[in-house]
Amino acid sequence: MKQRIVLDLTELTPNAMGSASLTWWGTLAFMLIEGTGFVMMIAVYLYLASLAPAWPPDSPPPDLGPGLWVTLILLVSVVPNILVSRWAGRGDLRRVRIGLVIMTLLGAVALVPRIYEFPAMHVMWDSNAYGSVVWTLLGLHTTHILTDLMDTVVLCALMFTRRGDNPRRFGDVQDNALYWNFVVLAWLPILACLYGVPRQ
Amino acid sequence: MSSDARPRGLRDHQLDDAAGAEALERTWRTPSGWRGFFTTVDHKIIGRRYIVTAFIFLALGGILGLVMRLQLAWPEARYLDPDLYNQIFTMHGSNMMFLFAVPVMEAMGVYLVPLMVGTRNIAFPRLNAFSYWIYLAGGLLLWISFALGMAPDVGWFAYVPLSGPQYGAGKRADIWAQMITFTELSALAVAVEIVVTVLKQRAPGMSLDRMPLFVWTMLVTAFVIILAMPAIMIASTSLILDRLVGTHFFNPAEGGDVLLWQHLFWFFGHPEVYIIFLPAVGMISTILATFSRRPVFGYEPMVLALVGTALLAFGLWVHHMFTTGLPRVAEGFFTASSMAIAVPSGLQIFCWIVTLWYGRPVYRTPLLYVLAFFFTFIIGGMTGVMVASVPLDTQLHDTYFVVAHFHYVLIGGAVFPLLGAVHYWFPKITGRMPSERLGRWSVALTFIGFNLTFFPMHLLGLQGMTRRIYTYQAEMGWGGLNLFVSLSALVLAAGFLVFFVNLGRAARHGEPAGDNPWGAPTLEWATASPPPPYNFAMIPVVRSAHPLWDDEEVLPVASGLRVDRRELLVTRVTDARPEARESSPRNSIWPFWSAVATTIMLISSIFTPWAVVWGAVPIAIALTFWFWPRGMPEEES
Amino acid sequence: MATRRLPPLALLACASATGCSGWQSALDARGSGSRALEALFWPVTAALALVWLAVMLVLAAALLRRRRPVPAQAARRSEIAVWAATLATVLVITVLTVASHLTTRHISRAAADPLVIQVRGYQWWWQVTYPDSDGTGAVVTANEIHLPVGRQVRLELSSADVIHSFWVPSLTGKQDMIPGRDNQLTFVAETPGILRGQCAEFCGLQHAHMALLMVVEPPAEFEAWLAAQRQEAAPPAGPMLRDGQRIFEQRPCGACHRVRGTAAAGEIGPDLTHFASRGTLAAGVLPMTRGAIAAWIADPQTIKPGNNMPLVPLAPDELQAVSAWLASLR
Repeated sequence: MKQRIVLDLTELTPNAMGSASLTWWGTLAFMLIEGTGFVMMIAVYLYLASLAPAWPPDSPPPDLGPGLWVTLILLVSVVPNILVSRWAGRGDLRRVRIGLVIMTLLGAVALVPRIYEFPAMHVMWDSNAYGSVVWTLLGLHTTHILTDLMDTVVLCALMFTRRGDNPRRFGDVQDNALYWNFVVLAWLPILACLYGVPRQ
Repeated sequence: MSSDARPRGLRDHQLDDAAGAEALERTWRTPSGWRGFFTTVDHKIIGRRYIVTAFIFLALGGILGLVMRLQLAWPEARYLDPDLYNQIFTMHGSNMMFLFAVPVMEAMGVYLVPLMVGTRNIAFPRLNAFSYWIYLAGGLLLWISFALGMAPDVGWFAYVPLSGPQYGAGKRADIWAQMITFTELSALAVAVEIVVTVLKQRAPGMSLDRMPLFVWTMLVTAFVIILAMPAIMIASTSLILDRLVGTHFFNPAEGGDVLLWQHLFWFFGHPEVYIIFLPAVGMISTILATFSRRPVFGYEPMVLALVGTALLAFGLWVHHMFTTGLPRVAEGFFTASSMAIAVPSGLQIFCWIVTLWYGRPVYRTPLLYVLAFFFTFIIGGMTGVMVASVPLDTQLHDTYFVVAHFHYVLIGGAVFPLLGAVHYWFPKITGRMPSERLGRWSVALTFIGFNLTFFPMHLLGLQGMTRRIYTYQAEMGWGGLNLFVSLSALVLAAGFLVFFVNLGRAARHGEPAGDNPWGAPTLEWATASPPPPYNFAMIPVVRSAHPLWDDEEVLPVASGLRVDRRELLVTRVTDARPEARESSPRNSIWPFWSAVATTIMLISSIFTPWAVVWGAVPIAIALTFWFWPRGMPEEES
Repeated sequence: MATRRLPPLALLACASATGCSGWQSALDARGSGSRALEALFWPVTAALALVWLAVMLVLAAALLRRRRPVPAQAARRSEIAVWAATLATVLVITVLTVASHLTTRHISRAAADPLVIQVRGYQWWWQVTYPDSDGTGAVVTANEIHLPVGRQVRLELSSADVIHSFWVPSLTGKQDMIPGRDNQLTFVAETPGILRGQCAEFCGLQHAHMALLMVVEPPAEFEAWLAAQRQEAAPPAGPMLRDGQRIFEQRPCGACHRVRGTAAAGEIGPDLTHFASRGTLAAGVLPMTRGAIAAWIADPQTIKPGNNMPLVPLAPDELQAVSAWLASLR
């Protein structure tokens, strides 16, 4: 077909940031998938709880200690996370580097009380259905922390190379921060479920 | 002139047409040979691969169907023992749903959506490549296990406890569950790509209300996939955990529940039907518009019906469980919602008929397939209303009546439009026209063969013939109809054979097609057949819902994109106003290696849970290489 | 003719008859449930067939009508037509929804004093228990349910292993038997006769061979049957039958099967106390004849591959004796 130029894109920005960038939307779509997964798993938890004569069936409710530590660390991590995202938006390489190191450390530190959170449930995964769903919920969320931690580590390493100073990389940092916020946010309903429902 | 000698940042309007095309070709092409085969990220090559692979699975699944018909042709036949028969019907169902129907619909989207919205590649093209390899690995896992005699034998629905640790011996149910993981992973990846492509990569001016209906259906389908598939991922993972590490999700003795499986499975399983059917709605709308020479009547009601169907699809799952003894209130609610789905479907059918009423129908093969669709799908819809009624369902459920019903819906509703669509877009994909004569033969044979095969099954079901039985006794009196059904299946198979022969011949010897052989209105016909690697030399500018009918001679386009790197246009979600020039990733081998690493992890985890731990290491390495920047022009800002 | 002798004859009759109506068909109602369902089925089918026909006719008209220039008011007319048709769809499905709701209510109406029978699904047979209601003892049998005509029956359904589904289409719709859950079915059998049912939920290798017979008889005959079933097995008459019983007790047979009044007290397989009074053996696979019993014992895995009855090696005369004894358990 013959063509006739009716629109000139020469001046259009090559730096798509935020909602103009494809990866931002991709991250959102993946969050929708993961979020649906969490919702389904919580639904499984509540479904099994609704069938059981007692919940937990034959163990005390989980100890709050490690869970609260995890929550505290996750909530605290949101502050540097938002700052990193803001610095990335400004293209401040030095601060982004520092922020990513902090986020790496916080992510790793959150895993420490998480290790103690599993035994604090007072049930093994193969004891009964309660144990199965509790361990799976915790495991699912831990996988998300691990995945995003991996991503942060790689991104952090990348920002210390010569390829780091690039608006694209800053965009990646923002998307990574967005995803970490999601991981933190997703934890709250799980927390309410794991610790609240057995105390009803 | 080597590319190094070119100034960086060369734009398309700085070159004449031929030089621009050459530069774009150099930037976007896929190298020939094995390297190109494993590294390509071109949505057309991957889409074509997906389609061909899915049709191979269709043929294999069809052969399994014929083998079952051989066994059932006579009472007490002994061609297959029950173990093999159970594997075969499980393979048939799982293969058709997970390896053919869903992937082929997504594959059509992978190929067509970027062309129809006027962009140069799908969003996240490397993820697209990865999704194909993962899909292929899932298919191979299932079929190799079949060849080794250890295929799943628990039905495509894998109800516990039959599939659980106590009754499902060996690794068969694990293979089924992990095959689910593979196919859902690939389906979810493609859904994300399609959502982002449709929302952000539409040609300037293609506001939401100017989007082709097929693109709308793919967008809605992608969202249904995103919301439905996590349920089955969780179901299959819980099943594997029950089987492998001794969890008790489905064990009533330890507080688990057998029906939990069915809730999870059908929360996915019913939307699954619409994941298959909605793209077919888009195909029908496209074919009808082109061959009745007018736009589909009622664009807005059509879109509303689509969205309505998608929403209702999540409120129907319990109608697969009407005989499990659920509370009456639930049954009443799900009867009403299941019947309500007839309203949006009806609305669409009425709009299509009105389109034909005022149109000037051109009876080519694709339209004939759509007419076959009307005849069969509406029968399926009617029997669907019957099984939606709780009391009637207690007689019809799990009998051959239901087998008839869902084949009417799936083959009549989705496969006929799909065959029409493949026929319709074949000239675009290959540049060659299929034979009209053979096309008509294939329509006639599949249509007649299908109805003769499946209509009698309604009667068999009413006469008490239950599903999933490997044989029946002579005194049941089902022998005559079953023999008739088995013979008719040969006619249906012949129809598919003619279809394949037609396309196989046309791919080599067909008449050259030209850009727009059917006189169609949508953007994919504005470029060459087959399209060049960059799809469009310049991005089209859209001013109506039927750009090629309104601008018949000259295509309005936008200029200013770079030709020395892979660059495409990002536009706003609602009105498609240009927002940014975005680069698109180059070819890479790492999606392939990531898929290999993921495959090793997933298959090993059938045997040991630790595979999840050590298997994650190569995956993480491959993914790092995938995303690690290499200083290509695509990374410039 | 006594109903007691019906089963084998009915099998024969059915094998020779072409239509076999009432045997296992949703469209030959012999019970309250299936009659209500049939009464719903035909009007619904007719209504939907008419809808289909109407759509096809309009489609045909759309294709075959003479092409004239599209009138100016085409869009308006189309709109009215589409919305009218959609409204009609809404009406039709509303009527159908209400009708099916009313049918459900009608079917599940419970009478005051139903006859309770427990049916438990096993891979791949049915255990049938008539609970002890008056201190005379429970009756346990398998693969055959006797019912009095005209009295409401409540079946309490459960499963011992995987999901099964109880379905005798001529009596009423199906109901699943789910491990860990209790379901029930109530209905009235309206005419005497023998009906067949089979498992409707895929349950493994021999799902195809999990059938049962429903023997509907006049109340007096039913009571007589029940009284006979309460008895222990009759002592063997003659040396051959005595040998049969002894072999049965000494070999693994008795580890799985119970025959009340003998040392055989197994719990795994079907209760065989009045084995030969049933119409079929192996859940509907073979007719109840002495030859079939011998064939079944000699090679259960060829007749019903994968079933849980192992091959117990017996010498020819032992096989003769055991099958003769079993055939005497009436």
